[in-house]
Amino acid sequence: MIHLEVIERVFQVGDEWVHALRQVSLHVARGEYLSIMGPSGSGKSTLLNIIGLLDRPDKGSYRLEDRDITDLSDRQQAALRRHKIGFIFQFFHLIPRLTAAENVELPLTLAGIVPAERKQRVAVALERLGLADRARHRPDQLSGGQRQRVAIARATIMRPALVLADEPTGNLDRASGQDVIDTIEALNGEGITVVMVTHDPELGRRTRRQVQMMDGRIVQDTGAAHDTR
Amino acid sequence: MFLRDAVTLSLQAVFSHRLRSFLTALGIAVGIAAVVLLTSLGEGIHRYVLSEFTQFGTNLIGITPGRATTTGFSGGVISNVRPLTIADAMALERLPRVIATVPVVQGNAAVKYGSRSRRTFVFGVGPAVPVVWRMEVSQGRFLPADDPRVARPFVVLGSKVKDELFGSENPLGRAIRIGGEQFRVLGVMTSKGQLLGFDLDDAVFIPAGRALALFNRDSLMQIDLLFAEGSNSEEVARRVRQLLIERHGDEDVTIVTQDQMLEVLGSVLNILTLAVGALGGISLLVGGVGILTIMTIAVHERTGEIGLLRALGADRRQILALFIGEAVVLASLGGIAGLAIGTGGAWLLGVLVPALPTYTPWRYVVAAELLAATIGLLAGVLPARHAARLDPVEALRAE
Ligand SMILES: Nc1ncnc2c1ncn2[C@@H]1O[C@H](COP(=O)(O)OP(=O)(O)O)[C@@H](O)[C@H]1O
Ligand SMILES: [Mg+2]
Repeated sequence: MIHLEVIERVFQVGDEWVHALRQVSLHVARGEYLSIMGPSGSGKSTLLNIIGLLDRPDKGSYRLEDRDITDLSDRQQAALRRHKIGFIFQFFHLIPRLTAAENVELPLTLAGIVPAERKQRVAVALERLGLADRARHRPDQLSGGQRQRVAIARATIMRPALVLADEPTGNLDRASGQDVIDTIEALNGEGITVVMVTHDPELGRRTRRQVQMMDGRIVQDTGAAHDTR
Repeated sequence: MFLRDAVTLSLQAVFSHRLRSFLTALGIAVGIAAVVLLTSLGEGIHRYVLSEFTQFGTNLIGITPGRATTTGFSGGVISNVRPLTIADAMALERLPRVIATVPVVQGNAAVKYGSRSRRTFVFGVGPAVPVVWRMEVSQGRFLPADDPRVARPFVVLGSKVKDELFGSENPLGRAIRIGGEQFRVLGVMTSKGQLLGFDLDDAVFIPAGRALALFNRDSLMQIDLLFAEGSNSEEVARRVRQLLIERHGDEDVTIVTQDQMLEVLGSVLNILTLAVGALGGISLLVGGVGILTIMTIAVHERTGEIGLLRALGADRRQILALFIGEAVVLASLGGIAGLAIGTGGAWLLGVLVPALPTYTPWRYVVAAELLAATIGLLAGVLPARHAARLDPVEALRAE
């Protein structure tokens, strides 16, 4: 599903060049559950952003579902993000003035789906994540774990093939973190490909495949052997 | 994305900062209110002046001696022109489609009855004044159709002159002295009120030939000509010009049709309305700057949200549309409030100061609301473009 070949990403900070990614190649098959680990600043988020089409590599090639996306236009990239990819962030990124239900509804609204269908799909998604009685609450009336579950509902409301999570438990206590991981694993159980960045080794060990990063390079990949699809 | 959803999202954003949005919209509201109020005043004055001018009817042509270089109300008299005479007025009356003419000489003289005396306007005119000027006689009758060159010394009084000189006494058949000569009162005019500050009631009407002698003139000041309903004013004016050239041997008069006069007057008044409207526009500009400021702040505050929307699949155009939409919604809300204040204010002004004519045409209201929305659009473009160009990764990191 994901095919990254010798990706480079360089940032200019002042008059210094920061190599966020060096010669990164990564292949992820459909339905995989994979964690990316490594110290802070090793390039994990940068890699995830490139996979999620929020950022472009400076060098190398990227194919997503057999489609070369290295030089897609802004609109084409946006359409792919809309339909194929769901994001989960460490800081939830809920819109504070909207209710839980309205936050979940947002991707459907942007995609131009009719209101009746939107309401119905949002209700189902909230029900599944045990948030039915929180639908009309605003983010500041929810606990951290509930907020992240709302964010997960939003990330999956478009039924994406790929979910990208950047330290989804980084801002949660142990119990809610566990809750969120269970939810993410349930998504993977339904066949959604999950790539999760974490620096919690315990969480990392739960995934079937682990990728270790250091200084912008992949230094270890437990699943590199069976990545031919 | 549906327009309805974009509007809903914009409204949610606007209402999440109640006070701030209120103050910003207020800037536009004040501007729109000023524009509506001032144009209502301008339009009211426009209508008032036009109705004052058309109360004499619209099928009028005015002829004055001397050639004016531009269309004006009266031409400056050039020295070597032939005088405009009562005979000219009589000849013009015989032209086809012409109903009547009024030769006009006007001056100022003392009018005396017994021991009472008053200085007043004296109009030397013909018998056709009631039809041509649409004036009515309330008592007695108007000047008779004498041969104008040897008209008998009769006078018709304006209502105010009658009151001043006679009080409740019946003036008909009485003799009064105008500038030393004796005239017999034949009638009293119905009060017509002021015309642009000119009091037609404070005047007396005597035969034009008598007035020429009284003021020691050989030329009329003007001939007013009434033509039949449904005639082409240009065509009648052309005939008038032709006849006077034949009679005078040269084109030495200025001919102004009521159409032309109203046209000139209308365009002057339109400029007036436009000018006062533009004055209100300045306060609108200030309101627009307010929206620009608040939208710039909003984009800055909501950088993280912009990154999120991009991650959820919004492209640049959608971000642009959302923020421009928000500015337009904000300005339109202000515009609606401004319309309410402006039309309400114009109405109130009309009630409190009846002398100040106000009129608010619907198309001005619609145009003002569109103007408000346009200002929102223009003020929103810059901040929205900034939002659309944000790098999504950077934007997400901002929170
Ligand atoms: N937009 C950016 N501008 C400048 N430097 C950046 C930017 N994004 C990431 N970096 C740098 O690239 C390196 C990798 O960052 P990141 O991918 O966020 O690491 P991680 O997520 O593993 O902590 C860091 O040194 C970081 O400072
Ligand atoms: Mg990171």
